[in-house]
Amino acid sequence: MSDYRTAATALRCKECERVSELTAAYVCEYCFGPLEVLYDTERIQAVVSRERIAAGPLSLWRYRDFLPCAPDDPTAGLQAGLTPLLRAPRLAAELGLGDVWVKNDTANPTHSFKDRVVSVALEKARDLGYRVVACASTGNLANAVAAHASAHGLESYVFVPADLEEQKIVATAVYGTTLVAVDGVYDDVNRLCMELAADRPWAFVNVNVRPYYSEGSKTLAYEVAEQLGWRLPDRCIVPIASGSLYTKIHRGFRDLLETGLVEGETPVLDGAQAAGCGPVAAAYGAGLDFVSPVRPDTIAKSLAIGNPADGVFALDVARETGGSVSDVTEEEIVEGIELLARTTGVFTETAGGVTTAVLTKLARAGRISPDERVVLYVTGDGLKTLDAVASRIERVDVAPTVASFEEALGEARLVA
Amino acid sequence: MPVTVRIPAPLRPVTGGAAAVECAPGTVRELIDQLDAQHAGFRDRVMEDGSLRRFVNVFVAGEDVRFGDGIDTAVAEGQEVTILPAVAGGSAP
Repeated sequence: MSDYRTAATALRCKECERVSELTAAYVCEYCFGPLEVLYDTERIQAVVSRERIAAGPLSLWRYRDFLPCAPDDPTAGLQAGLTPLLRAPRLAAELGLGDVWVKNDTANPTHSFKDRVVSVALEKARDLGYRVVACASTGNLANAVAAHASAHGLESYVFVPADLEEQKIVATAVYGTTLVAVDGVYDDVNRLCMELAADRPWAFVNVNVRPYYSEGSKTLAYEVAEQLGWRLPDRCIVPIASGSLYTKIHRGFRDLLETGLVEGETPVLDGAQAAGCGPVAAAYGAGLDFVSPVRPDTIAKSLAIGNPADGVFALDVARETGGSVSDVTEEEIVEGIELLARTTGVFTETAGGVTTAVLTKLARAGRISPDERVVLYVTGDGLKTLDAVASRIERVDVAPTVASFEEALGEARLVA
Repeated sequence: MPVTVRIPAPLRPVTGGAAAVECAPGTVRELIDQLDAQHAGFRDRVMEDGSLRRFVNVFVAGEDVRFGDGIDTAVAEGQEVTILPAVAGGSAP
């Protein structure tokens, strides 16, 4: 894509508004606030069009005009994005709704939406001259970093707590990364990574290239609009961990409206959290404009951030779009996973159970009109959190005889 | 034994490059006053309008002070205080 030049111009702090250059950065040097990438929007508007996007790569790079970087060869490495947007009529019927869609990001190369943000982070890291990438994670981010680094021939280090489940360790280490098991809890691992990041030329994807990393989430908005035929949904349900995904999806829809690629109104954005780690939901429910940290205690581990850096910005988005931030119980999370699997054939992890459960809660409370087009963002695969549903599945045990089968299943006979 | 305050990379230019500074015991607010007396401008980087800046986290012996008494949290002799930006990404145990 030799005609590509990013429209990104600078970084700006969302808290104190200081502007800085497009270098590796974690947070604002002055006040530690989150940084966002600034773009020359006139330049984007002059270049982008529906036709240009449609003619682009079959991956998230087709939206490169809105991103801070793009590879020369978009077909190299794992292809993230352009995941299915499924009609979900049986889920809609179950909830008394008219038009529900599932954005199925389990279909990404490492089965979570992290493939998007890691794709952008690694490309920017290479742009900045890094040859080694790293992260602290216990789940989806670890899988994605290890896999994408190997796909690009980059050296990588993934830091995990030493007592992480064996399955998760195997599913990350298999890609050939150096897996560093730290004797401590996750917060210790993260702190270690921040200290290491300060003193060595490694790109920690959610630390020193974080502002670029988070831009990848905007593609979840662009894709849904394109897949709906360049129309916007009326409402989206999105999980909230740090609040980055939720606020960037909002930003993506704003980008489409501001460049004239679509017409209409920004969708209502409903955020979803687990009650066992629901600091943003609590603040929303209490009508506050600040978020107090909590100690996470939930099976929704990939949403278990007790002190979400984008929490206050998520509150702003919820209020601005006429949405909400709700939380659900552990039981509701598991029921959410089951409801989604049984009505759509999509098996999601606990984070997706949270999101489905919030959709259920809002629908049953009469908050969603049946004529709304609703999109449920499913961000990770159920195979990664099998424990959540393992004890609830049913199986029929029979001997290898027809008689045994008929005894077990009674009326289930062949129709002659 | 003095209190050790660990300084994150973005604030080291203010402390003359020091990654750790020793202080006398006291509340977090008093420690910040001590640091500002030794290194002018320190307070303004971590506080605004008399409170801790939104995205500045302070840990006393590993505990976030926002779970305790905020900047009125007492720091005893020999304890370690860490100043850090909000930690993000991945999942907690």
